[in-house]
Amino acid sequence: MMECLDTIGDYALRSLGYGERLLPRTDFTLCQQFTLIGSGMIWNVYFGVVALLTGFALATAVAVGKASRHLWIRKPAEWFVFIFRGSPLFIQFFFGYFLFLSLKQAYPAWGPFTSAWLGAALVLFLNTSAYSAEIFYGALRSIPKGDVEAADAYGLTGLPRFRRVIWPTMLRLAWPSYTNEAIFLFQATTLVFFSGFPATQQKGDALYYANYFADKTFNPFIPYPILAGYFIILTLCIIGVFGWINGRLNRHLPQDRRARLKLRPQVIR
Amino acid sequence: MFAYCADPSTLDGLTWLSCYLTTGKHMGFYYAFGTVLLLLAITAPVSLAFGFGGAAMARSRILPVSWIGKAYISVVRGVPDIVFFLFFVIAIDQIFELIRHKIKCPEWTEPIRQGSDFIVCQAAKLPLGNSPQWVHEVYGFSIAVLTFAIVFGAFAANILFGAMRAVPRAQLETAEAYGMSHRQVFRRVLVPQMWVYALPGLSNLWMVLIKATPLLFLLGVEDIVYWARELGGTKTPQFTAYPHGDWRMWYFLFLLVFYLCLTKVSEVVLERLMLRLTHGQATTGGESQRRAA
Repeated sequence: MMECLDTIGDYALRSLGYGERLLPRTDFTLCQQFTLIGSGMIWNVYFGVVALLTGFALATAVAVGKASRHLWIRKPAEWFVFIFRGSPLFIQFFFGYFLFLSLKQAYPAWGPFTSAWLGAALVLFLNTSAYSAEIFYGALRSIPKGDVEAADAYGLTGLPRFRRVIWPTMLRLAWPSYTNEAIFLFQATTLVFFSGFPATQQKGDALYYANYFADKTFNPFIPYPILAGYFIILTLCIIGVFGWINGRLNRHLPQDRRARLKLRPQVIR
Repeated sequence: MFAYCADPSTLDGLTWLSCYLTTGKHMGFYYAFGTVLLLLAITAPVSLAFGFGGAAMARSRILPVSWIGKAYISVVRGVPDIVFFLFFVIAIDQIFELIRHKIKCPEWTEPIRQGSDFIVCQAAKLPLGNSPQWVHEVYGFSIAVLTFAIVFGAFAANILFGAMRAVPRAQLETAEAYGMSHRQVFRRVLVPQMWVYALPGLSNLWMVLIKATPLLFLLGVEDIVYWARELGGTKTPQFTAYPHGDWRMWYFLFLLVFYLCLTKVSEVVLERLMLRLTHGQATTGGESQRRAA
C-alpha cells in the first residue's frame, strides 16, 4: 500500500514531465499502470476541453454562415464542414503536423505548433468546429417558425434577435447531439500521439502509456481495460456536466416537453 | 518505368516528376490504395454479417442468447475504438496461438505467460517462423479485417437491431395472419423490409468505416499512411536517385484529397440507393416519390 502511494507520488504528474524521469521497465505493478495511464488522461482532458471551448465559438459562426443567404459566406462554410467531416481525423493530424513542420523550417515562429499541446489542439479545434457546426446548422433549420415570428412581432431584429431567440433555441435543439459530439471528441484525443505529433520525453496521453505497457508486457488484457475504465468515467462526467446544462437550457419548458439526452454508440472519424 | 528515366539526375521539371512518380516504391504506394479499397470491400460485408448475427441474437427469445447479442452491441459503447484496434490485434493473435498450442503441443508443461513473455511452442506460432513473406502479410491483413469486422459489426448490429424494431408491426401481423411461422415472418417480411430503415444508419457507418481505414497503419499493415511517411521524408542523393526535401506534407495532402473524393462518391451512390429503396415504402420518402410520379 505504501509502495503504491510512492508510485503515485512518482508518476501522477509524469505526463506533464514532473516526478520520476524514467518510466518503469521491469516488474510492472498494477499500481504503476493505473497511475501512469491516469496521468496520461490529463492530456486527453486538456485537448478535449480546449477544443470544445474554442470550437464552440467557431462552430456557431460556421453554422450561421452555412445558413446564410449570401453565396460568398455560405460556400466557404460548406467547404470547411465538408473538408473536416469528409476526411479522417487521423490524416488531418498527420497533414497538420507535417504542414507545421514545413512552416517551421521557413518561419521559426511556427515552432510551438509542431508540439502536441498547440498543434494537435488546433487540429482538434478545427475538426470539432466542423462537426459541431453541422449539428448547429441542423438545429438552426429546425427552429420552430413561431419562435422567429414571435421575435419579429416584438420588433427584435439582427443581433438581438439572434442572441435572445435564435441562439438559445438552436442550442436547446442541438444539445443532445452536441453531447454526443463532445464524447466523440474526448475519445478522438487518443489519436494525437499516434499520428505524427511526438511525445517528447515520453510525456504522452493515456493511450500512449497503455500502449507502452502492452508493448512491454505483451499483455493487452490489463492496460487497455484500465484505459477503457478511465474513459467510461470521463464519459460519465461529460454526460453529467452536459446533462446539467441541458437542464438549464430547458428549464422554462414543461417537464414532459424537455429534450432528453439520448446517447448513441460512438464512432471514429 | 520509362526509357528516359535511366539517369534521373539529368532530368528536370515534368519529366523528372513522371519518372519520380513511377519508381518501384511509388508503385508500392499505389498498390496500398488497392489494399485500402480491398479492406473496405471485404470488411463491409463481413461486418454486416457480424451485425446481422448480433442483431438476430439480440432479438432472440432465448434469454442467454439475447444477452450475448446485447452485450456484443453495447461492448463498444463509451470506449475509444482505437483502443479496440490496439487491443484486438494482440488479443486475437494470442487467442489463435493459444488454441493451436493446446492442440499441437499437448505435452508442453511450462506456463504460457512467463513474467512478461507470451510463449507458445514453435509449431503453434502464427504464421510459422519459416513461412514466406507474403504469408506474414496476408496474416496481418486478415487480423486487421477481423478486427475491423468485430468493431464495425457491433455498430452494424446496433443499427440493424433498431431497424428490425422499426418495421411496422402491422406488416408482421399481416404475415402472421397468413399463417407464416415465426421464422418465415423473419425471413420473408422482416428482413426484406428492414433495409429502408437501416440504410441511413448504415450509410453513416460506411462513411465512418472509410474514415477508419487509416488506422490500418496502427495494425502494422503497410498501408497508405506508412508509404506516405516513407516516401515523403527527406531523401539525400547518397541513397536515392531522386533526392528531395521533406515532402510528407504534400503526400498527406494527397491522402486528404483521396479521402474527400471517396466520401463524395459514396455520398452520391448512397443517395441513389436510398432513392431506390424508398420506392413504394410506407414512409415519407416513399410517399413523396409516389406523389411526384
